[in-house]
Amino acid sequence: MNVRLYVWQRTTAAIMAPLVLVHIAVIFYATRQGMSAADILSRTQGSIAWAAYYGLFVAAVSIHAAIGMRNVLTEWLPLMERRAGRYAIAFGVLLFVLGFRAIAAVVLP
Amino acid sequence: MSGTHSELSVSVWRGTREGRYQTYAVPQRESQTVLDVVTFVQRHIDPTLSYRFACRVGVCGSCAMTVNGRPRWTCRTHVSKVAGDGHLEIGPLENLPVIKDLTTDMEVFFEKWQQAQGVFAPTKTRHDAIAQIRPDTPARIAADAGIECINCGVCYAGCDTVRWNSDYLGPAALTRAWTLLNDERDGGNAARLQAISATGGCHACHSHQTCQELCPQALNPTASIAGLKRRTTAAYLRGEIIA
Repeated sequence: MNVRLYVWQRTTAAIMAPLVLVHIAVIFYATRQGMSAADILSRTQGSIAWAAYYGLFVAAVSIHAAIGMRNVLTEWLPLMERRAGRYAIAFGVLLFVLGFRAIAAVVLP
Repeated sequence: MSGTHSELSVSVWRGTREGRYQTYAVPQRESQTVLDVVTFVQRHIDPTLSYRFACRVGVCGSCAMTVNGRPRWTCRTHVSKVAGDGHLEIGPLENLPVIKDLTTDMEVFFEKWQQAQGVFAPTKTRHDAIAQIRPDTPARIAADAGIECINCGVCYAGCDTVRWNSDYLGPAALTRAWTLLNDERDGGNAARLQAISATGGCHACHSHQTCQELCPQALNPTASIAGLKRRTTAAYLRGEIIA
């Protein structure tokens, strides 16, 4: 890891810290209410605020986790940095697409 | 001596990277160090045993070995503290190539000092007046906290990140960089910040703090590396480092 990746990882961690707390609170609320995914979606549908909140969360997670995965790959597998970086980017894109799919369901008709 | 044995069972690594532990019986003595044990084996049992030492008093940093699975400076490690059951296993330092028996090749260790720009870059000549350094400034206190490194390689041998990442400069080289970064007489900080911000630099450290726990000089390389992370991050955000 170099200083550029370090700054990205720490910045996204700082962004995620408060978001995670709200996210955990939402999970507790939803599970205690026995809400299904459809129930949650029915309440959040069309909410720009929830979409923006989780949009930022998904973007931060995708960047943060990809950098972390890159470190794991370079330290634990005999991979060159460049190849580990490509796998990590693919992993980050996968996370972003999966997360963005859920956000799209909130805001798209 | 209470709780000691009259004879120690000492397993010593013999060979290079490939080799095996060979066991010797060594008489146990009062105030005996691990280096005394190795020296006994070499002087009285097997003169072909290779090991490295110089000062025998914890100054030169050349006698570090792996003792019962943990890197230690052998000249200041008393047998009574590490061989409660009367057995010692002594091997070469880990994370370094083995030349023979207990002797490791320290070249890569010192090369990384060079890579970390661990060399003093003078800003004055011998014709200038001697710099007056106040000992109570925050920078000097930070430099002094890491200045007593004896280059024994114990932190490097015990570092998990060095084991996983051969590019990682290691705790000793980065501590050296930290002391120079805080030395107001030094003029090499631009190149130093750049060097320790690259791949394998201070940001590779996982802050396991093994170096701090193992350092025979009771230094805290993890704290030095944390300081480097702060300084390099600030320099990067100011655009002083290209990454």
